[in-house]
Amino acid sequence: MVDQLTWTGALGTVLNPLLVIAAIAFAVALVAQFVAGIVYAGQRVQIAPDGTAVTPGMQGLANRAAKYTFLALVAIVLAYLLAGMALADRGAGIIGAVSAQLAPVWIALAITFAASITFKRRLGLYGQLFDSVIGMVGFALVAFWFYTALFTGVLDLIATHDPLTQVSGMKNKVPGTPLAGAEEGDFAWYLLGGDNLARDVFSRVVKGSTIVMAIAPLATLFAFMVGITLGLPAGYYGGRLDTVLSFLANLILAFPVILLFYLLVTPEIVATGIPAYMAAVLFVFPLVFLAVLLNSRYHTQPKVRTPVLALVMAVGFWLYASLVSEWDRATWVDVWPAWMDLFDVPGGVLVVFVSVVFVNSPTVFRIVRGLALDIKTRDYVAAAQTRGEGPWYIMLWEILPNARGPLIVDFCLRVGYTTILLGTLGFFGLGLPPESPDWGSTINEGRKLLSIYLHPALPPALALLSLVLGLNLLADGLREESLRD
Amino acid sequence: MLRFILRRIGVMILTALCLTFVVFFLTNLYPNLEKLSKTQGDMRMSDEQVQFWLQNRGYDRNVFVKYGEWLGVLPGYVIEGNDGEVRAKCAKPGIAIEDAPRFCGVLQGDWGWSTRFRENVSGIVFKRLGLTGWLMLAVMCVMVPGALIIGVLAGMREGSRMDRTLSTVSITTTATPEYVSGVIFIAVFASSTVGLKWFKGTATTAMDDITWENFTLPVLTIALYGMGYIARMTRASMAEVMTAQYIRTARLKGVSFTNIVMKHALRNALIAPFTVIMLQFPWLLNGVVIVESLFNYKGFGWTLVEAAGNNDIELLLGVSVVSVIVVLTTQLISDIGYVYLNPRIRIS
Repeated sequence: MVDQLTWTGALGTVLNPLLVIAAIAFAVALVAQFVAGIVYAGQRVQIAPDGTAVTPGMQGLANRAAKYTFLALVAIVLAYLLAGMALADRGAGIIGAVSAQLAPVWIALAITFAASITFKRRLGLYGQLFDSVIGMVGFALVAFWFYTALFTGVLDLIATHDPLTQVSGMKNKVPGTPLAGAEEGDFAWYLLGGDNLARDVFSRVVKGSTIVMAIAPLATLFAFMVGITLGLPAGYYGGRLDTVLSFLANLILAFPVILLFYLLVTPEIVATGIPAYMAAVLFVFPLVFLAVLLNSRYHTQPKVRTPVLALVMAVGFWLYASLVSEWDRATWVDVWPAWMDLFDVPGGVLVVFVSVVFVNSPTVFRIVRGLALDIKTRDYVAAAQTRGEGPWYIMLWEILPNARGPLIVDFCLRVGYTTILLGTLGFFGLGLPPESPDWGSTINEGRKLLSIYLHPALPPALALLSLVLGLNLLADGLREESLRD
Repeated sequence: MLRFILRRIGVMILTALCLTFVVFFLTNLYPNLEKLSKTQGDMRMSDEQVQFWLQNRGYDRNVFVKYGEWLGVLPGYVIEGNDGEVRAKCAKPGIAIEDAPRFCGVLQGDWGWSTRFRENVSGIVFKRLGLTGWLMLAVMCVMVPGALIIGVLAGMREGSRMDRTLSTVSITTTATPEYVSGVIFIAVFASSTVGLKWFKGTATTAMDDITWENFTLPVLTIALYGMGYIARMTRASMAEVMTAQYIRTARLKGVSFTNIVMKHALRNALIAPFTVIMLQFPWLLNGVVIVESLFNYKGFGWTLVEAAGNNDIELLLGVSVVSVIVVLTTQLISDIGYVYLNPRIRIS
C-alpha cells in the first residue's frame, strides 16, 4: 500500500519556509516600487561617473530589492522542479512527481533555449525574441505546452493514466491519492486527484493539450489563408468588390460569437451537412491561395511553373478531398471515392474547426485589407506597377511580405483567441464529445461541483490561462522586437 | 452628418435583416424542427407524427414565407390540421381565431411566442434585458475607470518599470477568459472547503436583491477580461500623446509632470479609448452569456443559452435582433462620438 502524497513531500520542510519568506519579500518590494514610482514620478535616471545608469534614492532601492527577491523566487521554484525531477515520488511530493513526469518537456525546453540563445544572432526575428524577457517568458510557456502536446500525443509519454478510464473508488479524490486497486505497472497515484467520474485529472489536462495544440494553430492558419486571399484584393482593388466583402465581414462580426456557435455547432446542424458544405467552401481558399501564389511568381517561366504547380495542386487537392469528403455520408460534397480518402475527420471536430475558422477570418480580412490599403500607396508598389507586374504578383509578392510583421504578431494573438474560443465551445458543451479531455469541457464538468471540489476544474483553467498568456506575451515580445528595426 | 447617419442606419437595417434571416434559416432546418416538435410534443413521436405536428403548425412551409410572416409583411397562416383543429399564427392562447389580426410580425410589434417559456417573447426579452442591464452597469462602473487609470499610469512614462508591470497585468487579464477567471474567483473567494468565503458562488439571489456578496464575483469576472484591452489601448494613446510637441513645449516651460499629465495630456489621450470602450459592448455580450451561465444569473445571456438549447425559434430571433441592434448602435455611436471628440476628423 502506497502512501498519500503531500504537495511538496520531504522537500517541503526545507523549501516551503524559504518560499514563503521570498514571496513576502517580493510582494513588499513590489508595493514599495509601485509607490515609489508614483511618488517620484518626475525623477530622472542619473548617469554615474563610470557611465552606468543609476536610479537614485528610494526608487532605486525598491527596484533592486524587487529584482533580487524575484530572482530568489525563481531559484526556489527551480529547486522544487529540479529536485522533484531527481527524487520523483521518493519524497518530493506531488510537485516532484509531476515534475518528474514532465522530465522530457523540461529537457526539450532546456535544449531549445540553449540552442536558440547560442545562435540567436543568426536566427532573424525568432532570435531577436531572446533579447526581450517578456518574449522569452511567452516563448517558454508556448513551447512548454507544445512539447507537452507533442510528447503526449505522439510518443505517449507524459500522461500517467488513460484519460477516459474510470477507476472505482477514485471519484472526486484529492490530489496525491494512491490509486485504488493498483496493479503491477500502473502508476501508483492520481497526481492531481480524480474528477467527478473517477478519471485522472492530470492525464486529462495533459491529453487536453494535444486537442488544443492540434486545432488552434491549424484553424488560425486556415483563417489567415481565407482572410489574406479575400483581404488583399479588397484592399488593392477597392471599389465594389471591397464594399461587398466588407459588408459580409461586418455581417459575420455583428453576430455575437456564442449565438453563432449555438446555431452552428449542434448535432442537428451536423446532421444537415452544413458544416461539410462550409468546409468545402472555406478549405478551397488555401488551395486558391497557393495556386495564385505560385502562378504569379513563376508564370514567366512555364517550365518551372507547370510541374511545380501541378504537383502542389495534386497534393493539395488530395488533402482537400480527403478532409471534406466522406463517401458514406453521400451528400454532394462526398464525391471522393473511399479508397482514395486518406483520413476522415469526425463530424464533431470538423464542425468545431469550421466554425472557429469562420469566426476568425472576417477579423483577419479586415486587418489584411487595412494593411493592403496602406501599403499599396508605397513607392515600391508603384515601381512594380510600372514594371508591368500583374496585380496578383504585386499583392502576394510585394504587399504581403511587407505586411508580415503585424501579421505574425496578430497570428500569435489569434491562436490565443482561438484557444479561448475552443474553451468557450467546451464550456457550453458544444461540438466535441462530452467525455473529451479538452480544457473547456473539463472546466465545464468541474464547475458543477466547484464549491466543494476544486481540483477537477482548476488545473485545466490554469493550463488554458498559461497557454493563452504565453501566446499574448510572445506576440508582445515579437511586436517590440520587430518595431526595433 | 445627417446623410452619414441615415446611410449608416440603412446599412444597419440591411445587416439586421440578413442576420435574422440567417438565424431563421438555421433554426428552421429540418433536424432542428424535428427536435422542437419532439421537445414540445412527445419525445417518442414517430416520423409521421412529427410530420403532422409540423404541418399543423405551419413549420413545413417555404422558409421565405415563414420569414415574411415573422417580419409581418405576409399574413399569418390559418391552417386546419389533420386533427380537425384550426390553428392560426396570430391567435395567441385566449384569443379566438376569428378575432385574431391578419398580420402579426415584428413590424406590428408582435415578437412572437416563446415555446420554451410559454410567454410572449417581448415580455421575456425586456425582463431579462433589465436584469442584464444592472450587471452591465456595474461592470462598466468597475471596468472603465479601472482600465483608464491603469492605461494612463502605464502610458505616462512609456518603458518605465511601472509601465512594464501594469502592461503585464493587462496582458494577463486579456489572456484570462471569463470561464477561467470565474472558476479561479469561485475557488479563491467562494469555495466552501478551502478559500476565503467572502462572496457567494452564485448570483441567483441577485435577481431580486443585489448585494455586495452575490454580485461582486460576476461583475469582477466580466470586468477583468475587458479591462486589459481598454487599458492597453489607453496606454498606447497616452504614450503617443506624451511624445507630442505641445507636451515637450509644456515641459520646457517648466510645467510640473503632474500638471502636464492631468491638464494637457489626459484629454487628448482619452479620445481613442472612447471608441474602444464602445466597441467593447459586443464582447461584453459574450462575457455576459458565459458569466450568467456560470453564476446562474437568469438574464439576457442565460435566455440566449436556453433559447438556443431548446431551438425556441422566435425567442432566439428576438434575442438576436436585440444583440445585433446593440452591436450596430454602439458602432454608430463610437463613429459619431469620435468625430465630435476629435475635430481633426471630418466626414466627407
